[in-house]
Amino acid sequence: MAASIRTTIISQFEQVAAEQRHKLASLTDERPLMESGLDSLAFAIVVARLEDSLGIDPFSASEELQFPVTFGDFIHMYEKMYENATT
Amino acid sequence: MPRRRTASLWESLARAGLERGRSLCATDTSITLAELESGSALGNRLSELRDRSVLVSTSDQLAAALALIELDGIARRLVLCPSDFDRAHLPYVLATAEIDAIVTDTPAELSGFGVACVMPCHRAVHRQAVDRSARHDTEWILFTSGTTGVPKMVVHTLATLTGAIKPAGSLAGPVVWATFYDIRRYGGLQIFLRALIGGGSLLLSDAGEPVSAFLARATEHGVTHITGTPTHWRRALMSPAARALSPEYARLSGEIADQAVIDHLQSTFPEAKVAHAFASTEAGVAFEVTDGQAGFPSSFLARDGDDVDLKVQDDTLRIRSSRTALRYLGDGSESLLDAEGFVDTGDVLERRGERYHFAGRRGGIINVGGLKIHPEEVEAVINRHPNVRMSLVTARKNPITGAIVAAEVVLALGAEPCIDALTVERTKAEILETCRSALAAHKVPASIRIVNALAVTPSGKLGRRNA
Repeated sequence: MAASIRTTIISQFEQVAAEQRHKLASLTDERPLMESGLDSLAFAIVVARLEDSLGIDPFSASEELQFPVTFGDFIHMYEKMYENATT
Repeated sequence: MPRRRTASLWESLARAGLERGRSLCATDTSITLAELESGSALGNRLSELRDRSVLVSTSDQLAAALALIELDGIARRLVLCPSDFDRAHLPYVLATAEIDAIVTDTPAELSGFGVACVMPCHRAVHRQAVDRSARHDTEWILFTSGTTGVPKMVVHTLATLTGAIKPAGSLAGPVVWATFYDIRRYGGLQIFLRALIGGGSLLLSDAGEPVSAFLARATEHGVTHITGTPTHWRRALMSPAARALSPEYARLSGEIADQAVIDHLQSTFPEAKVAHAFASTEAGVAFEVTDGQAGFPSSFLARDGDDVDLKVQDDTLRIRSSRTALRYLGDGSESLLDAEGFVDTGDVLERRGERYHFAGRRGGIINVGGLKIHPEEVEAVINRHPNVRMSLVTARKNPITGAIVAAEVVLALGAEPCIDALTVERTKAEILETCRSALAAHKVPASIRIVNALAVTPSGKLGRRNA
């Protein structure tokens, strides 16, 4: 499942970037999110769409959220919550 | 003994003529106005209601219509309860309006509220002698539309309610009005009074009646003038029954009329004069726009010789005229008029060139990361798509920007009973494309959901959770 969460996230980044006419940086795990090429609106849309497709929103789930810094953190946050939600 | 300063409703409608053709038509019966010359719907008990503060609460619009005609000038105050009125608020209304009589077609339901006089009202006129001499400039109390929670009561008189109505004879030929509205709300009451004072007839809608059945009745009765909200019309124009109708005049009011609904109405009724009007329970009837364009010319703000003054202050439309309500009823109610006598409508205006456009309600704003959006602006763009019948734009909570824009869309099926999935996806993509080319990025819906229907409030407006 972990692989498919990564795929889902990458495809949402790509789709939203295309819709918003943003140039997406290559999405390596080390890439800081601030440099991914998405602005906060695009980022907000990605989070909303992921909630629709995966049924989870890690940003709203916890009050003591460690805000992800890199793209890898972001994916890990979703994978972890998805595991917790399905086990 | 009080003396009435202006003609009563009965006097005004009698002055317009009591020809046999003039009537009030319900689904199953109709009453000619002439019957009221020598009869009453209140049995022989009308005199008991003199000088009283009367709550008119009927399930049926015809019964209410007859009671209102009979009671103006007789009662000191009339409180108009629409059919959807929440009985939980009844004790508050009875106390605040100092009600000492209830007129109703369901007396058993209203006898337990401590009002001694609960008088049955019929949807038929019984022959008898009636004393219609008017003594009061009766207060007409209306509930504001879209009210949730404790109802806000607005005080009008027949004079403020009829300020925009031209007398009989100003229209050629027999006029038959119809409205999707409940006549106990401001928009419907205007049409009721217009029909009575202007010398016409009125076709009454019924809360449980399907739109297509109402349109078929309108066609059968030869309706010439018909009014409703843009939401009413978007639903009505979905019905093939609308095409059989050929009104001389079709009007939109109560919500923002966007270009798509104006154009759609005009193309469905090519012979009709299509108008959109601005009116509200508090501000009264302000103006009518007849040039077929959304919004209104900025020159309206500087019109001389008109008895309505308009101004824009803090981006909202303010109205001063003899047609505004007098005040809110109840202790501690806020003031309805500002120091200069203007009503703040709460409707936000945006100037584009020589025209003002309604942007939406103040307070109905979606805030996306600090950028403000009026849902109505986005809906107007979505509604331009030919496959779209109506849409609702809402705020969707978002952890990054606070909110993002979400849209629900009802598709126009036209002749096809169902649209295939491919067409739906293509339509969604086209809507987004239109939005992207017409709107700033933060206003473009982040998600579009196709729905079968959208909630409509009892006053015929699109249901907005925050409105």
